[in-house]
Amino acid sequence: MAAVMSDHAHGAHHGPTGVMRWITTTNHKDIGTMYLVFSFIMFLSGGVMALTIRAELFQPGLQVVRPEFFNQLTTMHGLVMVFGAIMPAFVGFANWQIPMMIGASDMAFARMNNWSFWLLPPAALLLIGSFFVPGGATAAGWTLYAPLSVQMGMGMDMAIFAIHIMGLSSIMGAINIVVTILNMRAPGMTMMKMPLFCWTWLITAYLLIAVMPVLAGAVTMVLADRHFGTSFFSAAGGGDPVMYQHIFWFFGHPEVYIMILPAFGIISQIIPTFSRKPLFGYASMVYATASIAILSFSVWAHHMFTTGMPAAGQLFFMYATMLIAVPTGVKVFNWVATMWRGSMTFEPPMLFAVGFIFVFTMGGFTGLICAIAPIDIQVQDTYYVVAHFHYVLVAGSLFALFAGAYYWLPKWTGHMPDERIGKVHFWCSLVFFNVTFFPMHFLGLAGMPRRIPDYALQFADFNMLASIGAFGFGLSQLIFLYAVVKCVRGGEKAAARAWEGAEGLEWTVPSPAPHHTFEEAPVVR
Amino acid sequence: MSAQTRIAAENRRLLVRLAVAAVVMFGFGFLLVPFYEKICEVTGINNLLKPDAAANTQVDLTRTVTIQFDANIHDLPWQFRPLQTEIKVHPGELATVAYEVTNTRSEPVTGQAVPSYGPQLAGQHFRKLECFCFAKQTLAAGERRTMPVAFVVDPGLPADVKIITLSYTFFEIAGRRVAGDGAGGRS
Repeated sequence: MAAVMSDHAHGAHHGPTGVMRWITTTNHKDIGTMYLVFSFIMFLSGGVMALTIRAELFQPGLQVVRPEFFNQLTTMHGLVMVFGAIMPAFVGFANWQIPMMIGASDMAFARMNNWSFWLLPPAALLLIGSFFVPGGATAAGWTLYAPLSVQMGMGMDMAIFAIHIMGLSSIMGAINIVVTILNMRAPGMTMMKMPLFCWTWLITAYLLIAVMPVLAGAVTMVLADRHFGTSFFSAAGGGDPVMYQHIFWFFGHPEVYIMILPAFGIISQIIPTFSRKPLFGYASMVYATASIAILSFSVWAHHMFTTGMPAAGQLFFMYATMLIAVPTGVKVFNWVATMWRGSMTFEPPMLFAVGFIFVFTMGGFTGLICAIAPIDIQVQDTYYVVAHFHYVLVAGSLFALFAGAYYWLPKWTGHMPDERIGKVHFWCSLVFFNVTFFPMHFLGLAGMPRRIPDYALQFADFNMLASIGAFGFGLSQLIFLYAVVKCVRGGEKAAARAWEGAEGLEWTVPSPAPHHTFEEAPVVR
Repeated sequence: MSAQTRIAAENRRLLVRLAVAAVVMFGFGFLLVPFYEKICEVTGINNLLKPDAAANTQVDLTRTVTIQFDANIHDLPWQFRPLQTEIKVHPGELATVAYEVTNTRSEPVTGQAVPSYGPQLAGQHFRKLECFCFAKQTLAAGERRTMPVAFVVDPGLPADVKIITLSYTFFEIAGRRVAGDGAGGRS
């Protein structure tokens, strides 16, 4: 431990330069940057897969890809976006912001932090590389359901190992975040004074520690079924494929909150800043976050209403799922109440935050509709579900990530992001997002199944519309890339408090944040 | 410095606790397997390997249901066929049919049959009192075996179901072949 501490006894940055600086760095800001760059690269890779899917679905019939490859694309799009883009992006935010927000000099375990990040690129190579092995990548769907996942070629094994590695990385990152938040806060920074982003990440980190090992166990069982002669899931040997679904969703449902709770945290930082009012109902926000996390362990089987569950089970999971709408509603109302009579301005972070509230709430409502067992049995595995989870994951998690990026870019780069470009990015994203995914509600209600490369003729018009929207949305993200590159290169100098209404310790250090901050812990009030 | 050492020690303690929690949750994932099986057993869901209870019911002579029989093998060197393609029964009436299975390989092979029904909803009204699917079947090299299925169609069967298809698929018990010819888990 002495070695860990001595790393940070230095003053300004010195040490290896060039590429070795990034490989050996233990600085939370460097590691945060690497996480963000990595997740953006994965976001673009997953986006290319999504656009290939939409190109195939532009017209009925098979034009662009073979059906087997289409199945690989839908599977890998999900895996890459969930494990490669959204989750590492939030860890990147946590790395940059949490130490600065609580007045710590760095994360608790700086070496482990470095290791957490550098596990990701090999895992990504395994995942993407599996496209090029005989049989191609896994095509079992991102949920990797048995029996398909027990039968796939070696691409499946590569995906399993990638999930093991990414899971290990997530668990180490989560442990680091919990220890940092619980033990490294500046004097006077009590738990209930912490910025909400830290609170949501603390709870998310506990969720990660609780469920990532369960996923690791599930894919280990798949691996054992494939190669070591066990029969956990293969019906032939007395196993049960439905059991895989139970174990997977025991992980999978908390996982969706892992991807949205940090987004709630980012939004809870941004809305008060640009409303120039303190957050309405801080304590209720903390309790709502904790309730969502606890409830998330008792709703998993709502993904499985069509597996032949007894009616009592369906009712339990239906009501438990609907209960989650209560704390989520508390959050949405608190954000709206924060804006109420505030002196609001609409810079790009605020635009994305308000856009988030609007579009995420729509995704939340379709979630409630899917929670109703008799309706879910109708829309199970249709495009209605695809529309629902893209409304919460793209317009939810991703919009919050964009909001957070525009919000903290001045702190990271020392320059204000170009407001005009940011606004163009927001409006393009919002419009094209809805053009892409809103028609999918109608497609799903009309019965178009998901994960199929071809469709009946009556679905043609909405699919063409969705494909046009998807290409618009994909290209809009290049605007974001341009905005970030422009901001890194130069622009209006940012003050320490880059946004007029911004509160919090991170705005007391200069912009750009020096390599080492809070070597001497600040005293909070 | 002593404050720093104290914090570092505190951090280490928390790290160990959280790491133990992660390992425990990894084990918990595997614990879900017996837990799941116990729940299925207690609630009676998924009792593929147990005979159904024969309810004391009246034979409903006013209705006749056609039962069709189907046999499949999945990746298994066996021949498997029903000895009759269809029979007609009254709901509530006990019927017995036979399937014949032959091992064409020159070594013993173990398989398990899994039943399914068409229409799916007929499954809950189809009570098997005796079935070869309740146990693994090991056939010696070249062995031929005739196996009975005794069943009652529950009179609660909806009136619009006139034909039920009972379909069996024999699977080789996974893992046997891995050691045998090294074909691995690929199907």
